[in-house]
This record gives sequence, C-alpha cells and structure tokens, in this order.
Amino acid sequence: MKSLILSALLTLSAAPVLACETFTLGDLNIEHAWSRATIGADRPGVFYVEITNNGSTDDALIGIATPAAGMPMLHETVVTDGIASMPHAMSIPVPAGQTVELAPGGYHGMLMGLTTTLAEGDSFPVTLSFQNAGEVVVNVEVLSLRAEGPDCDDAN
Amino acid sequence: MRRRQLILGLGGASGALAFTLGLGWLQSRGRAQPPAALLPLPIGEMGFALTNHRGEPVRPADWIGRPTMAFFGFTWCPDVCPTTLSDISGWLDELGPDADRLNTVFITVDPERDTQQVLADYLANFDPRITGLTGPLAEVERAVAGFRARFEKVPRDGDYTMDHTAGVFLFRADGRFASIIDYHEDRRFALPKIRRVLT
Ligand SMILES: [Cu+2]
Repeated sequence: MKSLILSALLTLSAAPVLACETFTLGDLNIEHAWSRATIGADRPGVFYVEITNNGSTDDALIGIATPAAGMPMLHETVVTDGIASMPHAMSIPVPAGQTVELAPGGYHGMLMGLTTTLAEGDSFPVTLSFQNAGEVVVNVEVLSLRAEGPDCDDAN
Repeated sequence: MRRRQLILGLGGASGALAFTLGLGWLQSRGRAQPPAALLPLPIGEMGFALTNHRGEPVRPADWIGRPTMAFFGFTWCPDVCPTTLSDISGWLDELGPDADRLNTVFITVDPERDTQQVLADYLANFDPRITGLTGPLAEVERAVAGFRARFEKVPRDGDYTMDHTAGVFLFRADGRFASIIDYHEDRRFALPKIRRVLT
C-alpha cells in the first residue's frame, strides 16, 4: 500500500533541469530545490533550496512538509572550534531584499523517516511554510549523492 | 560557486590557525598542555587497529611512506559527510594521478551503524581512492585521540547524530603532521596544501 502511494507521489522525472524551476509566492522567489540520492530509506535525506525575498518585509521559513519523509525538519550545520554539529533551526530568516540558501554545509532540510529510497532522477514535492507569505509547494529534484548543487544557467 | 564564496570567510590560513587553536582549546580543558602537544601525533606514534571497507586490517604504520589525507565522519549524515567526500573527490580529480600516491582515509565515528559493508556501499559513490575505516568503538577512540580530534554521540528525536571534528588532516610521507584543511575550505586553499605534502 505504502509503495503504491509513493509511486504516485515520487514521479520519475526525465527533465534534468527540474531543480532549475522557479516558484513564486508573493514577494518570494524559490528556486534550485534539490536533494541527494540516499542508500536505502533508513538514513535521513536532505533538502536544499534558495529563497529570495524581493519585498520590503522580512519573512522566515518556519517549516517543511513532504510525503517523502515522516519527520522533515530544519537544521543548520555549524562548525564551532572545528567540530561540526547539526542543531535544529526553529526558523530560517528570509530578510527583505536578501537571498537565503539552504545549501551544503549550512541550513538544510533534514528528511528523517524517509518513506522510500531517494534515487537520482526522482523528484518529490516539498511544502514550504513561511511566517508571512504562507505556503508553497515546490518540486525537488534528486541529484547524485556526490552532487554539490544543480547546474542551472543562472546558478554560477 | 556562490555558497563556497559565502563560506570562504572561514577558510584560508587564519581559518586553519583558528581550527588548530580550537582543537587546542578542546584538548586543554581540564589539563594544561604546552602548544606542541596540541597538534596531531605523528602517524608513527599513533596506535589503533581498524578495518577498511574492503575488509583488510589497517594500522597507522601502514600509512608511513606515503602522504596521508584523513578525516572523520559518519555515513548517516546527509549534509556534512557527502559534502566533504564530494569536495575530496573533486580535489583528487583535480590532482589526477599524483593523488594515487596519497593515503586518502575516511574514519567513521559511528562504527555502530557504519559497518564494513555500509562503508563499502557508501564509498562506491565517491572517488575509489578513498578508503573507509571502521572497527570497535575503542579503536575508533584511539584513532581520534591520536589525531587530537573529537566526537560525541548526541541523542536526537528518538535517534542519534554525531558531532565530530570536520577538518581534513594532512601528513607528510614520513608521518609528520603537516596541516589541516578546514571544513568546506575553498579549493584554491585546499589544493596547494595537498600538493605540499605530495612533494
Ligand atoms: Cu541535518
């Protein structure tokens, strides 16, 4: 049963540029939504995205939800005195006029309790909840475990 | 790449110094140590017995004669470890055949989950010159102590995660400690550090 639901939710994508899609929610532009392939479903997955606030009011990412994981949460990798740790991020500020990246080695969505293995080339939806702007669903492209980000024309 | 530049402030020589001092601070809590004692031991003075992801026994003496690049991590983390392994794979690519002379070693700090087979499956996604090491927790602790590194198991949401030293350690062919590449350090700084131990 579970796998039936999942095959409906996790559509195989032929388009390699999915992570380059841009989503808009009010003054927010959301792009470069991607994840890394996992080995099995026991390990947590990861979610990265880039959010630009074109408005004049500060906002904040306060939560994520996805059918791909039972317990998705926001984390921040911090290196203090050479030691890497990964505390919860209660919310991620998206100040007016700025771009915030969830990117390797910093803020990230931590997808605990994966409902399936994330295979390279798959995609899955993630709902982003913002303090002011509300909610938006973005498509997340699964890149290889070795990936450091999508190759978009505008990304470099 | 933008995110590298964002993190660049942490990199470079000052970062390496801060890192070394940071290690020193961690090591010196509870007992005063002269600065020289805060650096990683020469490989020849380390003692541990671990197993690589191909199932072969590994002792520090095996590394002498070649420069060594070593780092700690655990395969259950989706952010730091793939990023470090991906960075290292990129460095090895760039160094080309020169990097064949390096011992490039990933030591797990989570031997409970990172068995030999788990390491083998995981490392199949990265440069094949990276060797994974696991073994009994006590032996992992001996290795970590020799590097003057640190790790800690942290309970989290009914599960656990590992905090650990994130830098990459470089040693000369004779086993003397050379330098540390900070976590996510820009390759403009990382590659010259590696080339220095290769010469
Ligand atoms: Cu995390």
